[in-house]
This record gives sequence, C-alpha cells and structure tokens, in this order.
Amino acid sequence: MSSESSHIVPYRTFILIWIALLILTGVTISVAQIDLGPLNIWVALSIASCKSALVVAIFMHLKYEQLLFKLALLSALIILAIFIGFTFIDVLYR
Amino acid sequence: MSNYPAGDRGFLGDPKAPGFLGWIFSTDHKRIGLLYFWAIVTFFCVGVLLGLLLRLELFSPGVDFMSAQTYNATFTLHGVIMIFLFIIPGIPAAFGNLIMPIQIGARDVAFPRLNLLSWWLYMIGALLAITSLFTGGGPPDTGWTFYVPFSTQTASNASLALFAVFIIGFSSILTGINFVTTIHRMRTTGMGWFRMPLFTWSLYATAWIQILATPVLAITVSLVMVERLLGIGLFNPTQGGDPVMYQHLFWIYSHPAVYIMVLPGMGVVSDIIPVFARKPAFGYKAIVVSSLAIAFAGSLVWGHHMYTSGMSDNAVLLFSFLTFVVAIPSAIKVFNWVTTLYKGSIALDPPLLYALSFVLLFSIGGLSGLVLGAASADVHVHDTHFVVGHFHYVMFGGAGFAFFAAMHYWLPKIYGRIYSKKLATIAWGFMFVGFNLLYLTMQIVGVKGMPRRYYNYLPEFTDLNRLATVGSWVLAIGLVIMFANLFHSVLRGTPVGPNPWGGASLEWQIPSPPPTDNFGENDPVVTHGPYDFKEAGIL
Repeated sequence: MSSESSHIVPYRTFILIWIALLILTGVTISVAQIDLGPLNIWVALSIASCKSALVVAIFMHLKYEQLLFKLALLSALIILAIFIGFTFIDVLYR
Repeated sequence: MSNYPAGDRGFLGDPKAPGFLGWIFSTDHKRIGLLYFWAIVTFFCVGVLLGLLLRLELFSPGVDFMSAQTYNATFTLHGVIMIFLFIIPGIPAAFGNLIMPIQIGARDVAFPRLNLLSWWLYMIGALLAITSLFTGGGPPDTGWTFYVPFSTQTASNASLALFAVFIIGFSSILTGINFVTTIHRMRTTGMGWFRMPLFTWSLYATAWIQILATPVLAITVSLVMVERLLGIGLFNPTQGGDPVMYQHLFWIYSHPAVYIMVLPGMGVVSDIIPVFARKPAFGYKAIVVSSLAIAFAGSLVWGHHMYTSGMSDNAVLLFSFLTFVVAIPSAIKVFNWVTTLYKGSIALDPPLLYALSFVLLFSIGGLSGLVLGAASADVHVHDTHFVVGHFHYVMFGGAGFAFFAAMHYWLPKIYGRIYSKKLATIAWGFMFVGFNLLYLTMQIVGVKGMPRRYYNYLPEFTDLNRLATVGSWVLAIGLVIMFANLFHSVLRGTPVGPNPWGGASLEWQIPSPPPTDNFGENDPVVTHGPYDFKEAGIL
C-alpha cells in the first residue's frame, strides 16, 4: 500500500492538466453564449464531468489506486446518477 | 487470551486515561461507544417524555393544556430528537462502536480520532438543536421533515435546528467511513467476509448508506438555510423554483435513513436468535445478501412519501413498484429468523424476548407499509394517524426494540455485570402490551380518518385516543422498569463471566468487561464461523 500512496506525478503532467482545465473553462464560457436550447445544460455538464474526472484521476491520484477505491467511487457515481434519473422521471412527465 | 486479575475493570478503569477527561477525549472504540450510548439513552428519555405529553394532550378533544403552537413545537422536537439523536446513531454508533471491532478481531476502528470527532460533532449538533428552542423566534414548529414552503417562512428558529441537523449528519458520515474502512482493512487472520457475524454485516450495509445518502441531507438543509437567509427562490414557483423538488431531496436521504435505522436492528436480531436457539443462523448468506439488497433497493424508493405531492403518475408507478420490491429481502430475513428458531433448543431469555418482539412488530409495521406503498390506498390514509402508527411499528417496534435487545445482550459483556432477568421479563411484558395498545389503536383511528399533526380532533375519535394514551402509560411503566433494572445492574449487578449467553463470536471469547486492547498480546486467529457453536466447543 505504501508504494502506491507515494506515487510521484511529474510537474509537467500537473501543468498540462491545469492548461486543459483552463481551456475547458474557456469552452464552457463560449458555449454558454450560443443558444443550443436544452442542449446547453448537457454540454456544460459534460465538460464539467471531464474536468472533475481529470482532477480526481490525476490530482487526487485515483488513477494510481487499487481497483477497490475506483469501484467505491464508481458505485457512488452510479447511485447519484440513479437519484438524479429517478427525480427526472417525475420532473419530465409532470 | 488474557485472564483478569480479580477486581480489574478492563477498559472501564484504564489507568492510562483516568477521570472525566479520560473519557471525553478517549479514542478507544469501547469508550466512545459508551459515550454515545449514554448520550443516546438520555435523548431517548427526553423524546419519550415529549411523546407522553403529546398523547396526554390528545386524551380529550379541544385544548387540554397545549396550544396549537406548543403542540407543533412539541411534535417537531419529539421527531428531531427521536430520529436524529436516538434512532439513526442508536445501534450503529453505540453498539457498532462497542462491539463491531471486537467481532472482527480488531483492536480499534481504522480511524480512532475521527471516531472521537464524530461523537463531538454529534454532541455539538445536539447542543445546537437544544439551543434552537430558546433562541431566535422560539422552538421550530415545522415537523422533523422541514417541508417547504412552511420551513422557509416560519418565524420560529428553524435555521439553527437545520444547522444542527447538518452537523449531526456529518457525524453520521464519519462513522460510516470509519466502519467501511475498518471492516475492509482490519479483519483478523481467518476472519473472511463470510465468517463475519451478521451484526457486522448489517453495519457494513448501513455504513454505505450513511456515506452515500447523508450528503444529500447536508445539501438539502443547506438549501433551506440559504432560502431562509437570502430568499433566492429555489423552492418558490413564483421565482422559478419547485417546492416538490424539496421533497425529492429530503426523502432521497430520509428514506434510506429508515434503513440506517432498521438494518443494524436486523443485524442485532440475526446475532441474538442463533445464540438463544442454540442453532447456526439459517441461510447466513441469504441474510447477508438481503442486507445489501435492502441497502440498495431501499435507497430507490423515496418517492413513496410523495404520492399526494403532485408528482407525475409515471414516478408514482415506479416508486410504488420499487417499494414492493423492498418487501422481498425484508421477508427473506423474517423467514430466515423463524427457520433458525425451528427445532432449536430455545432459551427464552430477555435478549431473545426483545428480539422476537422486533420480528413481530417489524412485520406488522412492514405489512402496514405495503398499504401505504400501494399508491391507491395511500391516497386515503396519507397524513392520518395510520401513518404515525405504521412508522412507530417500524421505527420503535423495529429499531427501538432491537436497541433494547442489544442492551440486554451486550451490556453484561461491557460492564461485566448482569441485570435481574425476572424484572427484564416483566418490563418487556408491560412494554409489549403498552406498545400494541398505543400504536395499533393509532392505526385504527387513522383508518377512521383522524389526521396527524393536529392537537384537536372530532369527538367521535375520543374513545380510541384515550385507549392509545392509556397504552402510552403502560409502555412508559415498562420503560421505567427496564431502565431502572439495567442501570442498577451496571452499578450493582451480579458479576458474569466472559460468555453468559454461550455465543460463538469473538466478543464472547474475551473477558467482561473487555481489556483496553481487546485481545491482549496476540491477535485472535479465527477458525470457524460466528454461529458454529459445536466447533467453538459451546454445544
């Protein structure tokens, strides 16, 4: 376990991720100016998901952890998706 | 295993942590468990007192001694105390901390200091909840559900009570994280997943709900606080908000919370029944899988609290279907418990009496839940006393009686002293009769049409309400005898050895009270399952 927790990520990777996050933020702002109808929210959420995936995988080291931790996070995300999905079954058909 | 020199009080008298400070800053899981236990029992007694006052007000129609406002504040406080300060932390935080690490052969939980923090957060939250009664606009009057729009408009001090709930929620999350990590990482040699006692399994399933669902409560109460302070219109249709969204958010946490309350109770009963039937648990793996299935499916049925809220019919159909699905794993457990008892050599000691009451009362509560789960029937009994009777059967008859079963089963282990079995049985008799008189009558008066949350009622409901109130007195007499007997035993009870009940799981293999480090110098090595009484040399 100790070898995994001491995994060192080079600064170059961190800086690349930082630039990617900045670019994606720019994309979010520019897409928000265009009227895509209901798609606006989906685009914004997709970009936000990509950004958080980068942060969790690399800054927070999930990429280098055991399968168990990945599964734990995945199960939380699936449950969250179900919570939101079921709520929409009400909101969309009301 | 180490043997005690005479007069040694184990972790209770740990010389390294003397006095009051030695207790409130202790990171020993057993001491934290006891801190939780005594706090929880205290809050339970306050909650009972408020419940008795509510019943007394309902003895006759009209104003007896409470105004409408006082009645509203009293049932809000009764609900908040019983839900957030008694049932949710009840079994996991008190008995989970006391017993679970020992059951898996660990010396403590994975994060002892986090464990202490969770108790402090619980106490701070409780203190804030009490403070909310005497400050601001007076005691909150929203009901424990804090429904909008009333909770965003009431002049009573709902903000502080909401903040208290927020803090207590974090205490619950920390306990969940601690237990999942402990159970994954700290099982001793030979303690495979399917050698864990069923109580530990139930805590594992519960801990996952605590981690996944409780953050939603934090979000929900934060949104109401923001709404009260800034009025941004999240739940206000005139500002583009949606009041039904509040109910979704609230019940996304609060329905799984029902399983946070009752799953550990099922674990207690699953541990007690094999010991007192002198038989291995029937369908061990089925009980394990049904615990996990309840945790998962139970998280997806929150909409059944909202059939009359104006929710879409599609959602009503979905949530009604899923509600019936949850009945399956619950029934699997009941059948397994009954089959474990079948042809067993049953010792009808107090822990088993309370555990059997759990099975019966929880089944009645569960079956009346099906009436409410069916959307068409629910429309008629929604917001009546039938609902109040139903959830008291599940919560008090289920989780509450399991808590009492756990007290009678494990307190002799923790204090090394046992209570009078005769008195415990008499107390049980009073409680069982009083309980059914109180809550069955509530269900009947509910079906007849008496709404909940009113201090007043039509004169034709008088007789049934009087019967229920008399039931509450009988129940209270039972509770007084039970607690008096237990408190007396803690101080002056007959000393008992390590294994008064003949259990085969690890907590019964160490001295009573357990030493601070649980297992002495050597970690235990497990060679048999928790209910293999023959291999453990007990039968």
